[in-house]
Amino acid sequence: MESAYPSLNELFVYLNTTITQVSIYYSHIPGSGILLKYIKNSHQNDPFRTALELLLVFFAIIYLFTNKYRTDNKLIELTPREVEELVEEWQPEPLVPQITDDDERELETIPVINGPQGPKVKLINGKSLLNLSSFDFLGLVSNEAIKEKAIETLRKYGVGSCGPPGFYGTFDVHAEFERKVSEFLGTEDTILYSQGFSTINSAIPSFCKRGDIIVADNGCNFSIQKGLQISRSIIKWYNHNDMEDLERVLRKIKDEDTGRRLTRRFIVSEGLFENFGDITPLPKLIELKKKFKYRLILDESLSFGIIGNRGAGLTDYFNVNPKDVDMIVGSMCHALCSSGGFCSGSFEITEHQRISGPAYCYSASLPAMLTVSATESINILKQNPGLPSLIKFNTSLFKQLLANVKYLTLNSSKDSPVIHLRIDNEVVRVGDIQDKERCLQDIVDEVMNNGILLTRAKYVRFQELFDIEPSIRICISASFTKKEIEKAASIIKNAATKVLKNRAY
Amino acid sequence: MIVKQEGPVIKQRYVSKQREDDPGWKEEEPPYYFLFTTYLSYLILICFGHLRDFFGKRFLSKNYKHLKEQNGYAPLNSDFDNFYVRRLKLRINDCFNRPVTGVPGRKITLLERETKDYCKTFQLTGTTRDCLNLSSYNYLGFAQSQGPCADAVEQTIRKYGISTCSPRAEIGTSNLHLQVESLVAKFVGKPAAMVISMGYATNSTTIPALVSKGCLIISDEFNHSSIVFGSRLSGAFIRVFKHNNMTDLEALLKECISQGQPRTHRPWKKILLVVEGLYSMEGSICNLPKIIELKRKYKFYLYVDEAHSIGALGPRGRGVCDYYDIDPNEVDIMMGTLTKSFGAAGGYIAASKDIIDHLRLTNHATIYAESMTPIVIQQIYTSMSIIMGEDGTNEGQERLERLAFNARYLSTNLRRLGFIVYGDRDSPIIPLLLFNPAKIPAFSRECLKRNLAVVVVAYPATPMISSRARFCISAAHTKEDIDEILKICNEIGEILQLKLSSNKIRYTIEEVLRDGERNL
Ligand SMILES: Cc1ncc(COP(=O)(O)O)c(C=O)c1O
Repeated sequence: MESAYPSLNELFVYLNTTITQVSIYYSHIPGSGILLKYIKNSHQNDPFRTALELLLVFFAIIYLFTNKYRTDNKLIELTPREVEELVEEWQPEPLVPQITDDDERELETIPVINGPQGPKVKLINGKSLLNLSSFDFLGLVSNEAIKEKAIETLRKYGVGSCGPPGFYGTFDVHAEFERKVSEFLGTEDTILYSQGFSTINSAIPSFCKRGDIIVADNGCNFSIQKGLQISRSIIKWYNHNDMEDLERVLRKIKDEDTGRRLTRRFIVSEGLFENFGDITPLPKLIELKKKFKYRLILDESLSFGIIGNRGAGLTDYFNVNPKDVDMIVGSMCHALCSSGGFCSGSFEITEHQRISGPAYCYSASLPAMLTVSATESINILKQNPGLPSLIKFNTSLFKQLLANVKYLTLNSSKDSPVIHLRIDNEVVRVGDIQDKERCLQDIVDEVMNNGILLTRAKYVRFQELFDIEPSIRICISASFTKKEIEKAASIIKNAATKVLKNRAY
Repeated sequence: MIVKQEGPVIKQRYVSKQREDDPGWKEEEPPYYFLFTTYLSYLILICFGHLRDFFGKRFLSKNYKHLKEQNGYAPLNSDFDNFYVRRLKLRINDCFNRPVTGVPGRKITLLERETKDYCKTFQLTGTTRDCLNLSSYNYLGFAQSQGPCADAVEQTIRKYGISTCSPRAEIGTSNLHLQVESLVAKFVGKPAAMVISMGYATNSTTIPALVSKGCLIISDEFNHSSIVFGSRLSGAFIRVFKHNNMTDLEALLKECISQGQPRTHRPWKKILLVVEGLYSMEGSICNLPKIIELKRKYKFYLYVDEAHSIGALGPRGRGVCDYYDIDPNEVDIMMGTLTKSFGAAGGYIAASKDIIDHLRLTNHATIYAESMTPIVIQQIYTSMSIIMGEDGTNEGQERLERLAFNARYLSTNLRRLGFIVYGDRDSPIIPLLLFNPAKIPAFSRECLKRNLAVVVVAYPATPMISSRARFCISAAHTKEDIDEILKICNEIGEILQLKLSSNKIRYTIEEVLRDGERNL
């Protein structure tokens, strides 16, 4: 080495002599002798080491003296007087903006139910309505057996759990539920969260970190969007349910990152899309995920308990191996008529979330009563294998009846009981999103006068990443009779005509 | 204050209220020897961890499969992140996630478990162990399966069923929601309120509805994960000040306002200060009077998370404002959870009507998440009515005063015994400092042996040096219970050398038991 760089070596010899001279002056400082001896020795062995170590010391000094946590190190020098003046002058905006007339109307039109939820509800103004908006697809909300079970639990556990799972908040009923769900889905393990909405936006960031790549459907619900946002990963979107586009995106990523460090990769999609009512083609998704070596996160919040022969969601519906989906996220506030959410997958997936899922670790666990009711709902679903097909039957009946509805389009997949009614732009003259919302609200009001409860799908529009066409979301429950469905369909058709007729081209 | 020793135990009362003569909030440092050994212990643990990894990865590589790339998939969690869990936490996993059953009240029933593989997995043995419960956030003792709350909840189930099956903004609003919201508003002393089905989500979905890009969030360094989550979602700029340090806060405010936004130096649109009423790991009560004073000068908006303080502080249980006798209208947004003092679940936001109306339209949880279930609402309604005395009894007041007494009695006497205890005297959360990492599991296991269920917390929930045991006191505890706790702590304190306080005045356990109630 030395022979390869003779001139450099000379330089170091010179450096060394200088250091030795300097050391004479400083040798009386206690401890300095050892240091100098060390430097000298180290140099004699290898002069490059000296350079390296000097460099290290240099960087250490720079590092020590730079202010590490300041993103903006160009602070303007101000005198205390100026600071006082600036503080004096500064006027904040109001904390919230003024409520507009539209907002006012929005708040007024939220229905208030007096009494229990169910297929028929009574509003606070005394009206009795058939409820086509509730996520109670299986008709379990007023089930007496579940109520009895809940009361039994109340008398044993009280209501609240009074602690996060890590600190004496893991009850035997939680473990029991987790076991039930795993068994029902055919996965290894399940972890229970205390709110459906907060499940996936906590599950995603516990795995996806900065630098990871997530490919997501651009029709994904708000909770997923927030989970992606908080993960700080690289996010790529593919067109809603468009598997060719997904493949294009995956291929593009593959082509682009030759030689990069391998990071975690995920595909995120919903099973049954909350905002569109359609079902994702899971077999194709699994094929692509395997081909490109991604992990799949599937939000089955709506499809769990509803879709498939047993009601076990998309893996059941498409008859694929549930282990091919890395994370199945579900919710207990829809079909199971309780509250909370869960994430199911391998032990590795669940164990990791038990120590790093923020909404799991730092929030009180789900009240025992709600857990037991959800368990009981699964039991009922197992004992009544006909329930999912009843939903299917009702859904197809409803869709048939509504097939020729004027002025509206139906947005839904064949077997999905979630239907979005949207204004048909081709036949109706409507303005912007707000105008559409108003029209739809008129339909909702009109339908309500005739004994049907509907609701528009609500969004925090200015925070949604993609524009969503306004819609009325209808949920078909197994508990409806044929007569009720017929009545509902005809009332909706009439209302649509009445409201939109004079806007038709 | 001298309380007579005789008379029914239940009569031991005290009023939770700020006192001028209180020594205030201060963190005591242990002797240097213990600081040194703590760092040394961590150093040794980390070295050993790396050593084990070094050899493990070479000779037992199948145990490390999950950290390596596997046929084209990157490992699910990184080696570095996983090190702490694998090498430090795993050894003491038996102190966490202990499964329980029954009511988490004065006592808690643990399901006993054993491990055959050094805490990797646990098997239930089928036996149970009744422990005195110092772990649940059951401040006012409303975790009950009998009594007025449970009876009311039972009726509600029969009448309303379990669930609402829809978000608030769609069709998930019932008359029960409106009732409980007006009661909450009345309780905290604000014009309007709204309830959300999860406490965590109350923070994480409300903060993004209030501030956005161009705004500044100033946050206490020990703020809860939900606040951090919400702040990050909001897109606002976040600055952090030292825990409860008002000088630091003021300096930061001065800097932020005078400098404006980074790079562009445009003035901030608005500044939101987020603090907690009572900090769940420190037991410290936020310095609200000073914050209000700063608020007048610096014109920021104030968001107080009363997760632990609501119901637990103040002569009437109305939280920090009540404790300091401050008008709630001085605080812009009062948030709290209903998981704790009320023995229910969920959270609330109380503010002016304008703010609540705005939140009803923009809060994510109202628009997308399930609404609060009827049973939970009923528990809140009944327990809150009891605290307010609206049931016509004195029960609520009694619970408040018992909690206040228990908290002060335990925290004062632990200090007298020579333990280093953080937090305010009136805080029902009492952190007892352990320092050395080896003492974390030791304390927990020794307590368990003596049928005491305690929570131990260590890094990353606390700073590395100050691992601690955290006691949550409840109104359901009797004075005998607290004496029992003192006795047990004294015993373990001797075994584990935990009495590290430099305070000269030190009581023996006999003195504490005899005179503990004097001069509280
Ligand atoms: C300060 C603070 N905020 C919010 C929460 C979350 O509340 P919950 O457990 O009801 O989700 C907690 C709970 O630990 C907390 O300590």
